[in-house]
Amino acid sequence: MIRISESDYKKILAHAESVLPEEACGLIAGELTDDGKIIRKVYLLTNIDHSNEHFSLDPKEQLAAIKDMRANGFSPLGNWHSHPESPSRPSEEDKRLAYDSRASYLILSLMDRENPVLNSFKIDGDTAENEGLIIEK
Amino acid sequence: MNITVAGVKKEVADGLTVAQLVIDEKVETPQYVTVTINDEFVESGAFESTVLKDGDVVEFLYFMGGGQ
Repeated sequence: MIRISESDYKKILAHAESVLPEEACGLIAGELTDDGKIIRKVYLLTNIDHSNEHFSLDPKEQLAAIKDMRANGFSPLGNWHSHPESPSRPSEEDKRLAYDSRASYLILSLMDRENPVLNSFKIDGDTAENEGLIIEK
Repeated sequence: MNITVAGVKKEVADGLTVAQLVIDEKVETPQYVTVTINDEFVESGAFESTVLKDGDVVEFLYFMGGGQ
């Protein structure tokens, strides 16, 4: 289970919509608890691929985010990216490039612009499991 | 000498290279790792030839990417 505040969810959504038709991406950080993960901060990073089908995080922004996490006492929890035209589930490329089985991979689908869908997955090899995401008000 | 790796101060042997540090730190999936020293990015082809100095601050950045 992973929890995200509604305000952080809205930050991700607004950023993803602002860069359409490209994929958006970023990092998530927070706490590891007995009940799962709590996202305390989302980082909106540049997709240096500038593509509607691929994303790669900007390494300089990634470095700045890691420093910020450390300064705030947050643990890195994983990353997020958008699927502008496909469902909220990992693609084959997402699985191939997800080498950290402990991380959470959030995917925001904007396929139906009126009904965006955000899910979080644990990915281990070819296997992706929806870990359950709660948006808290 | 003393260096800082991912926010943790460590005492390491003089002459330590980035390549050896990657091994010593048991970095997972090293082929996907970018290294910075004092905020400067080290080319992956220069890991063997880059020798760390006292006081260096090293970070490991893991490539993150994907596609729909």
